[in-house]
Amino acid sequence: MNDFWTMVWKETKDSVFSSRRSEFIIPLMVIAIMGIIIPWQFGRLWISLSPAMITIVCYIPFFLTTSYIGDAVAGERERHTLETLLASRISDRAILWGKITVTIAYAWGLTLIGLLLGLVAANLLSGQGHWEFYHPIDIFLEMLVLSLLASLLSASAGVLISLRAATVRQAQQTMAVGTLILLIAIVLILKSVPSGVLKTLNESQFLLFFIGGLTLPNLILVGVLSATFQRSRLI
Amino acid sequence: MPDPIIRAEHLSRSFGAVKAVDDLTLEVPAGVVFGFLGPNGAGKTTTIRLLLGLIEPTQGQAWVMGFDIGKRAGEIRTHSGALLEFSGLYERMSAEDNLDLYGRIYKMPAGERRTRARELLEHLDLWERRKDRVGTWSRGMKQKLAVARALFHRPPLVFLDEPTAGFDPVAAAALRKDLAGLVAHEGVTVFLNTHNLTEAEQLCAQVGVIRAGKLLTVGSPDSLRMRDKSPRVKITGRGFGERMVALLRQRPEVAQVDLLPDHLEIELRDEKSRNGPLVSLIVQNGGEVEEISRGGASLEEVFLTLMREKNP
Repeated sequence: MNDFWTMVWKETKDSVFSSRRSEFIIPLMVIAIMGIIIPWQFGRLWISLSPAMITIVCYIPFFLTTSYIGDAVAGERERHTLETLLASRISDRAILWGKITVTIAYAWGLTLIGLLLGLVAANLLSGQGHWEFYHPIDIFLEMLVLSLLASLLSASAGVLISLRAATVRQAQQTMAVGTLILLIAIVLILKSVPSGVLKTLNESQFLLFFIGGLTLPNLILVGVLSATFQRSRLI
Repeated sequence: MPDPIIRAEHLSRSFGAVKAVDDLTLEVPAGVVFGFLGPNGAGKTTTIRLLLGLIEPTQGQAWVMGFDIGKRAGEIRTHSGALLEFSGLYERMSAEDNLDLYGRIYKMPAGERRTRARELLEHLDLWERRKDRVGTWSRGMKQKLAVARALFHRPPLVFLDEPTAGFDPVAAAALRKDLAGLVAHEGVTVFLNTHNLTEAEQLCAQVGVIRAGKLLTVGSPDSLRMRDKSPRVKITGRGFGERMVALLRQRPEVAQVDLLPDHLEIELRDEKSRNGPLVSLIVQNGGEVEEISRGGASLEEVFLTLMREKNP
């Protein structure tokens, strides 16, 4: 566990709070978009969790994770810091989960901050005089789980891709293609489900269907990662 | 005699058809700076990777500090430090944080990490810049910090892979001086990969020479110099020319003559041959002799001879 927290500390210092001013631009933009611009456009629909809002909240952590995981793994190899880290006593597992945890925490954390700020913005801008929380609450919780799973899927796939990529650029390009394939796959899967079945599902059940659908590939990817993320394959 | 800190037996590693390390059998005693000499691509870096258990051998075995590289590589990495081909520093982090990270990795308490960082950074004149991002530092400063990082947790054994490669002579000499000071102060065993013969002569008590993955010879720099037993005479002066070289070559005691810009290098056939007749010949043929020195081959000459030999 100590090794894991050491990696979390290192990733936080090296990637998230590396004291470069440019590092703060993307998070500030995300918070501004999610916390002010979109809620302002959506109005009360933002708080009542419209399907478009749910899609945005699930896509943003997925997108942020895709952007950062390549730098965390392929970038470390590209900057020639990985081999020195591997030559130390730290375990392979701590390196892997430290990187994944910080990337997901960063992406999902920004999403949560955006949601919180968006709640305030939507309430203020609606001008109804009373404050509301996101509702229905079950949909809200399912949406959070779904966005977390989307982020984990992106991180796991990103690490696997980064292990085979020579540079961050190559890893990010492959992940962009992967995202496109994933979106097409989701559309094809939804089209293949009989329309009668989908019509019987309410919004909450529909999200549960997606949660189930994302849990399986997540479990497979985590299993593959645990088996393949080894020193001898990383050099 | 104490157990060697590194012992390799018939260690080999291939990458496809290329044998990067070929049947390496080697013992490195504890407490010395061991220089592993070889040209680029000789297999030096692969040897360090094998000894650290970062890659697996295709054949053979090795033990580092008594730990089998195949079975107990984690313990080898726990008890050693490494500065590999690249400094491996996190350039977006400060020098202090770079050291702190490795202190955390080696489970050093916070107080000890602070004390140790100060001790090493002050020793290397880096203390004042400890809060700076490493990316803003010069290459020499980065490499010094990387050496400090390798020694940070006081390992008994340190692997250094060409620490002065690509440095100008002044920077390389400065880093060598710091390195020698630190190694003496810390009392560690150092496995030093280098193709710099000055470095090997200045720092190493023992050297091994590797070429195309094969270990050619091992010994102290002095014993290697004596490997080529032919005595050499260096005659500095003026008026030397091809005619004089031809005359010298006709002498029975002379094995080889090289004409260099300001001196003649003469290799004699045996130790008993005298300098006098050669000097007389030079003077009689119009040469002016200013200085005569006699000795064995330099480490560089031995190294180049080994590199030229067709079949190691």
